[in-house]
Amino acid sequence: MTSRPSRINETFVRLRTRRELGFIPYLTIGYPERESALELVPALVRGGACAVELGIPFSDPLADGATIQRASQVALQNGVTVRYCLETAARLREQGVDVPLVFMGYFNPLLQYGLEHFVRACVEVDVDGVIVPDLPPNESDELHALCRAAGRDLIFMVAPTSTERHLREVAARASGFIYCVSLTGVTGARDRLPADLPAFLQRVRAVTELPLALGFGISRPEHVAQVRDLVDAVVVGSALLDRLVSVAPAERASTAEEFIAWLRSGAETAATVGEGS
Amino acid sequence: MTATVQRARNLPDERGRFGEFGGIYAPVTLLPAIEELIAAYEDARRDPAFQAEFERLLREFVGRPTPLYYAASLTEKVGGARIFLKREDLAHTGAHKINNAVGQGLLAKRMGKPRVIAETGAGQHGVATATVCAMLGLECVIYMGELDVQRQSLNVFRMKLLGAEVRPVGSGSRTLKDAMNEAIRDWVTNVQTTYYLVGSVAGMHPYPMIVRDFQAVIGRETREQILAATGRLPDAVVACVGGGSNAMGIFSGFLDDETVELHGAEAAGEGLETGRHAASLTAGRVGVLHGSRSFVLQDEDGQILEAHSIAAGLDYPGVGPEHAYLKTTGRAQYHAITDAEALEAFQLLCRTEGIIPALESAHAIALAVRLARQRPRDQIIVVNLSGRGDKDMHTVASALGVTL
Repeated sequence: MTSRPSRINETFVRLRTRRELGFIPYLTIGYPERESALELVPALVRGGACAVELGIPFSDPLADGATIQRASQVALQNGVTVRYCLETAARLREQGVDVPLVFMGYFNPLLQYGLEHFVRACVEVDVDGVIVPDLPPNESDELHALCRAAGRDLIFMVAPTSTERHLREVAARASGFIYCVSLTGVTGARDRLPADLPAFLQRVRAVTELPLALGFGISRPEHVAQVRDLVDAVVVGSALLDRLVSVAPAERASTAEEFIAWLRSGAETAATVGEGS
Repeated sequence: MTATVQRARNLPDERGRFGEFGGIYAPVTLLPAIEELIAAYEDARRDPAFQAEFERLLREFVGRPTPLYYAASLTEKVGGARIFLKREDLAHTGAHKINNAVGQGLLAKRMGKPRVIAETGAGQHGVATATVCAMLGLECVIYMGELDVQRQSLNVFRMKLLGAEVRPVGSGSRTLKDAMNEAIRDWVTNVQTTYYLVGSVAGMHPYPMIVRDFQAVIGRETREQILAATGRLPDAVVACVGGGSNAMGIFSGFLDDETVELHGAEAAGEGLETGRHAASLTAGRVGVLHGSRSFVLQDEDGQILEAHSIAAGLDYPGVGPEHAYLKTTGRAQYHAITDAEALEAFQLLCRTEGIIPALESAHAIALAVRLARQRPRDQIIVVNLSGRGDKDMHTVASALGVTL
């Protein structure tokens, strides 16, 4: 039905043309305060975010480390629901935020909201895609069909442990971009990225032309410098949330903006920074 | 004699489904490990050497077969159908959990995984896992909710004596579901070296199948024993259901016997109307938790609710997908038993039979008594007495207002 290319697609085409690395920050909606996303998302865009991942909190986030677990718990205490997340997206669009917005949420809250209802609502509030960390390709038929029909991108994840067959299954279904999990583990800031990252990303490139976004563990400009020639974008979540709660509430928006700008500095330095060879 | 390890039935299908329930809702990092486990289990199950070793350990280490006992005094006292008890409380470590721990421990060893992790609620599965790891020489880490660590300090000490490391989990409701979240996070992180030894028929495929198959020995023995003792099949089989492993174990022996009713006792906690219960099948809705689609206690927005039961082993907001299937197809019926009813049945069994049941199993006793009362003496009810009650002395004393 929708003939125009998705906003996510357009964004990555523009990045590739300019040979730029994209930055996709993640925020849990309702954290640290119920309404935080309304001021933080515009600040992240000012800092240079090419898209924003909006986390829908879940009581049992089993793919997440301590930071996002805590963020989810606080957000739920702040009364965040799926409906509230949709409303937040709508308000961000009203404020003029025009980068791609992607929901990241576990499957059960979406299932209870009703998958069809949820995808229709994504269209209404102009959210471009959805990532569901506990919905592998084999379980995704229904949501995938709904997203496709509605012109939304269901974003699939791949991991260093993924077999060639898994990579091909994902490549066959994916649209928008492919989310590459950098390491075998849960989300959370790390000191260093795994050494076998280039080999993993090459395996993914071998099966798809789609843009690749790399997430999990990325927390400083050195990491960005290491991967800038390997992927189209990086996703940063826990490190951003850790930074935001370390400053006074009034400074959060400026901190968010500066944090993205700081990470981006890694894309401008030489790729071999910090490496002996 | 039939093989000890076999697919207890032809479900789940190859996608891990029991009808609409089950499946693999797992982070992608785990998918290869899950496929490896499926293949290794299929291979082990067909290997006579694996079967023989499992059988030997069930006999010599666990003490199987466990007896089927006619509870004459309880039957007399209740004044209805005859009640038989399948004495899983007499298995090594005091509960049925050991059957599955032995089977999966052997599987871990066969797969060359040096490190085993497990979640535990009451501590029975943790103790069983620690026991098997000690015997097989495997490193063992047990995740246990902080609240359960406090409630079940005796079992924590037992696990440590057995050489396991016990990691308290302070997130969420600090009980079994959070221990399971943390075990899954560990597995995602250490997937190459680590075997996740799930203790119930819940969670993602293939665990509901593997755990059922290793527990199916309960049902096979019970069927042979009741036929030998009475010359016929029972009218009803009763078991408690938290995640549902002891119930699937005994039910699986009778699924094809259409005349045999299957009854599960869920924990109604302080009462279904109070919201403080653990009756997922009776009062939950279909959802996805810990990798499988089943009945789940959840709020309007799909957030998982805390479960409540006096029996820590039933204190789980989900339930195995095969139970969801048996409920919706009508093959099994599920009932909710309150803390108070379980406590009453607990004392009744102590006094009439000289058997102190686990609080979990006391739920099954309460349901069996309820059913037996409505039936004539020529009917037979078999109850799975899944564990012994030594671990519950503090809880029961406190509930009865006694200071130890």
